[in-house]
Amino acid sequence: MPAEPQIDVPRHLFEAYERLAAGPTRPIAGGTDVMVAITGELAPIPERMLDLSRIDALRGIQLEAGSLVLGARTTYTEIRRSALCREHLPVLVEAAATIGAAQIQNRGTLGGNIANASPAGDMLPILLATDAAILVGGQRGEREIPAKDFFIAYRKTALAPDELILHVRFPLPPGREVRFRKVGTRRAQAISKVVMALAWEDFGSTGWQNVRVALGSVAATPIRARKTELILEGARPTPEAADLAAEILVRELNPIDDVRSTADYRRMVSARILHRLLREAGGW
Amino acid sequence: MPTRAFTSGVQTVERALVVDPGQRVPGRAAGFPLRREGPAKLTGAAKYTDDLVFPGAWHGITIRSTEAHAKLVAIELDPDVDWSKVVVATAADIPGDNVVASIKDDQPVLVPVGGVIRHHAEPVALLAAPDKETLRRLKGRIRLVTEPLPPVFDPEQSDHVFAKYEVTTGDLALGFAGADLIVEGTYRVGHQEQLYIENNAMIAVPGDDGGIVIHGSLQCPYYVHKALKRALRLTHVQARVIAEETGGGFGGKEEYPSMIALHASLLALKAKRPVRMIYERHEDISATTKRHPAIVRHRSGVTKDGVLVAQDVEVIMDGGAYCTLSPVVLSRGLLHAGGPYRCPNVRLRACATRTNTPPNGAFRGFGAPQTEFAAEMQLNRIAERLEMSPAELRRRNVYRLNDTTPTGQVLRESVAAEEVLEQALGASHFERIRERTARESAERGGSGTIPPGPLRSGDRRVANGIGLALGWHGAGFTGSGEVYIGSIASVELTADGRIRVLTANTEMGQGTKTVFPQMVAAELGVPSDWVEYAPQDTAEVPDSGPTVASRTVMVVGGLVIRAARRLKAAVEERNPGVPFHEAFRDDAKANGATRIDQKFEAYPGVVFDDATYVGDAYPAYGWAAAVASVEVDLDTAEVTVRDVIAVDDVGKVIHPVLCEGQVEGGTLQAVGYATLEEMKVRDGRYLNDRLATYLIPTAMDAPHIRTILVEAPFSGAPHGAKGVGELPMDVAAPAVIAAIHDATGVWIHDLPATPERILAAMHGDRGAPAA
Amino acid sequence: MSAYRFLVNGAPAQVDVPGMRRLLDVLRDDLGLTGTKEGCGEGECGACSVLLDGQVVDACLVPVCQVEGRIVRTVEGLSLAARERGSLDTLQEAFLEHGAAQCGICTPGMLMAARAYLDAGGGPDDESIREAIAGNLCRCTGYTKIVDAIVAVATPLE
Repeated sequence: MPAEPQIDVPRHLFEAYERLAAGPTRPIAGGTDVMVAITGELAPIPERMLDLSRIDALRGIQLEAGSLVLGARTTYTEIRRSALCREHLPVLVEAAATIGAAQIQNRGTLGGNIANASPAGDMLPILLATDAAILVGGQRGEREIPAKDFFIAYRKTALAPDELILHVRFPLPPGREVRFRKVGTRRAQAISKVVMALAWEDFGSTGWQNVRVALGSVAATPIRARKTELILEGARPTPEAADLAAEILVRELNPIDDVRSTADYRRMVSARILHRLLREAGGW
Repeated sequence: MPTRAFTSGVQTVERALVVDPGQRVPGRAAGFPLRREGPAKLTGAAKYTDDLVFPGAWHGITIRSTEAHAKLVAIELDPDVDWSKVVVATAADIPGDNVVASIKDDQPVLVPVGGVIRHHAEPVALLAAPDKETLRRLKGRIRLVTEPLPPVFDPEQSDHVFAKYEVTTGDLALGFAGADLIVEGTYRVGHQEQLYIENNAMIAVPGDDGGIVIHGSLQCPYYVHKALKRALRLTHVQARVIAEETGGGFGGKEEYPSMIALHASLLALKAKRPVRMIYERHEDISATTKRHPAIVRHRSGVTKDGVLVAQDVEVIMDGGAYCTLSPVVLSRGLLHAGGPYRCPNVRLRACATRTNTPPNGAFRGFGAPQTEFAAEMQLNRIAERLEMSPAELRRRNVYRLNDTTPTGQVLRESVAAEEVLEQALGASHFERIRERTARESAERGGSGTIPPGPLRSGDRRVANGIGLALGWHGAGFTGSGEVYIGSIASVELTADGRIRVLTANTEMGQGTKTVFPQMVAAELGVPSDWVEYAPQDTAEVPDSGPTVASRTVMVVGGLVIRAARRLKAAVEERNPGVPFHEAFRDDAKANGATRIDQKFEAYPGVVFDDATYVGDAYPAYGWAAAVASVEVDLDTAEVTVRDVIAVDDVGKVIHPVLCEGQVEGGTLQAVGYATLEEMKVRDGRYLNDRLATYLIPTAMDAPHIRTILVEAPFSGAPHGAKGVGELPMDVAAPAVIAAIHDATGVWIHDLPATPERILAAMHGDRGAPAA
Repeated sequence: MSAYRFLVNGAPAQVDVPGMRRLLDVLRDDLGLTGTKEGCGEGECGACSVLLDGQVVDACLVPVCQVEGRIVRTVEGLSLAARERGSLDTLQEAFLEHGAAQCGICTPGMLMAARAYLDAGGGPDDESIREAIAGNLCRCTGYTKIVDAIVAVATPLE
């Protein structure tokens, strides 16, 4: 039987904020990361914990002023079943389906994936590629943190210890396309070796605008490949552009060897899936 | 702490539904009995070791080494802790010999102070406490003081040899001189974890007589029994071992349970109360045995017509830190190393050495999957060099009746190699699909808008491939093993008119509890559910040998059938003219119990010299072929194994549903071995020792498996059966690798064929390292 | 330590335990429902799968404080429903007939994942079934007969 730290079960945000302000507290939502860490003694056992499962303010999927807003406690199953997600940002549905299997999708939450900030977090490249913003709150008030500023170091985020993730806002600019590809270790229950989200806006004559190339599992945090983005900015998805982008991406990435894969594979495969996504976008 | 609300008294409370085990339901199993313990397993009523409740039991854990090789100078207990509330056991507490009885007695139960730690995660001390919280708090307060010693991790650099064999036949030099083509290859396979879903679990209950009763998850009650007697100095009766419901074994619960039972017993004797040693997954993976890694070097000579004329094979196995079963694993590996092919001039050499890594041991296939992978790779590469179909090359060399193996064994009967080959080729449309994949491959290479390169694939995203492998598996123990252990199995008519089968062979999913009563019932002419299967309790059943080597149905089943026949004859002789099924109840009333003990007798005409390795290495062989079809993602080198046709000759099918289940399960383990399963080792430590990092196939990774069963009976066994458990494990991996080659054009010489290896082979060093 | 109340297999249960105790430990140790198995303790193997408000979850990842007021169904609950009819339920029966249980340790979790799939209206399509049980590792069967058994139950009777 694993360690059983004390836990508070608030029903309202203000109660949660009070608890967080009172001292070091580890929140738990779906538990798919925290419970593993406690059972496996993979990290120091938290002294106090905070259950978010009764706070309804953290739930819900809605459209708000040109953005899709997902509550932090939205589970992957809820994303997969959401008509709004399917209509406005289907890549979320696609990505949610690649995470774990039914048991994990039923419990794991978007907010948990973000707070856990694993470099392999499958949803995180999508946040970066779509310029999503993370709304956080605490007794000191609420603030919105752009996804690009959120993941600051290996498993370290811009979230203060007394703050909670409340919502994630995905802007929905017209004409934007987003693609997703995960290369896992197996076909289900798989942690990614490389995960990529590619976004662009296409208005016809001007070439691609606001190109985003975001990756997971290739660095200490989820990252954007800025040099590769620059190459594609204003370009069209031609074979030449794809070749060049793949070459730049290979040079831009600096992944590591670990138990799941090798640096070489991650670098090569990142380039190859980018090339493939560009090829599919270009229809050649 | 709350009490267990629904438990009381000793052991367990039967809360859940119990369905009459003999109850029949119409459906696929019609005509054959349904899995006997199936209803209990399906309702949650079946009790595995960790489900058993022993009031007052403490929990035990193992304090393990963190170095691969070191001298143990001292075990220090933190003086700030009150150790009187718990129990600590060390080697000093072992009443008998500090060895886990096995082939060589080189493995200590616990490393003694002053002794040598030989691998990471080696047991050094034991700790028991009333609750797990105390264990968690105290386990870090026991400190091992050590002096590091230089470790050896490369089996080829080790100077400590556990076993070494050589088999030669014909004249190798002459053979190679007559060859038109000589092909060489080096193949490597790594550790594989058995990954039974039930972790190791053992509960020791001290008795009033100074003895110990073990309740555990295990394959071989009498192995544990022997180990207890030796290390704890117990009499035959004082040591008692009961195999509880066992959640998978695959060889992984063959020898290591002896160690765990000893640990639990030492704590139980010292604490004077039951002690539970229930491993967590992390500990189970990091400490217990794995399939032996191996390096296999081949040099083969063939004529231009594809006739094998010379085979020179060298096998090196990494035994890990202790001998365990390495000599017999190596022996089986060696004897299967040439593959199921006739060759006049052969030299097979094998050696297993010691390294400072956790010991390797039994795993389904027992050395043969390693060497047969290499043999099939070699054959496929020869076929490629000869520009001959791999099917045709096999046809020209496969063993036929009256062929002679390298040990001089004449295959006088039960040879179904051609049969399984042709069935697999026919069922899979092998040649037709191979033509198609070759055409696709040519198109891919020729017509793409841009040629593929390191950073991109061509215009096709996936490539299809098909691959073939053929294999054999010696049935039962190697050489004189059966004669040496002299198993006994019994069938009993009890005084109250019940029919019971008594063996020590455990049920761990294969169907022992179903097929033994089925076989006895068939002999006696009674319904299967009239026959009971006695519990695997050393106080009750005779030593019918271990549940290993695919020997349960073949060898012990043969004894059980013979015992049943004798029982029937005895009863019918006492009741002339009345068939057994009508006579036995009254006979029991009149004559009391009749118990027939059937001892193993050597199979007629089967002779093997263990010293010279000449003769009949196995009484018979099972034959298997597999055809795998794969899809390889050309961007990422991810492999999807789509289908496997598995054709297995098992001698005689006793129960089709259970038999297919063995083939399907073994096939998927082999597919995992080929594609996914890899222990990563650094400094003698397994890096991926969790289920999140050691990956086995999920239902989405599993191919569609079609099983075709072939029957070429073995005359030495009364039912003709040759065993099925291990056979499918030998062939699917090389079939998958051949299919990957068919799809991509690259040979992967080292298992598993991960996307990393495939991509590197496709675009890094083309052609892959041939070493 | 607090009291947590919930329904298990249709019957009310109350346990007085720390809120972070795993539902798995509550079921096995506090309620004596040992049909739910532990295979890894980290949500990888699915042996501890149970239904929580009808959704399949790994009981090793659920702290009991999150179960307060909710409905839990375990493998023992499948047989309870069947007990009234005097036999196994249709899914258990199909597993038995098809040979879908071997060593049996993954079986309770596998049944619960399959139950969730069927209760959600899942059909006899091979790929969907495999996806539904992808969180449940089996080392014995190669999954073939498990899929066959679920197909048999999911196939509408003519």
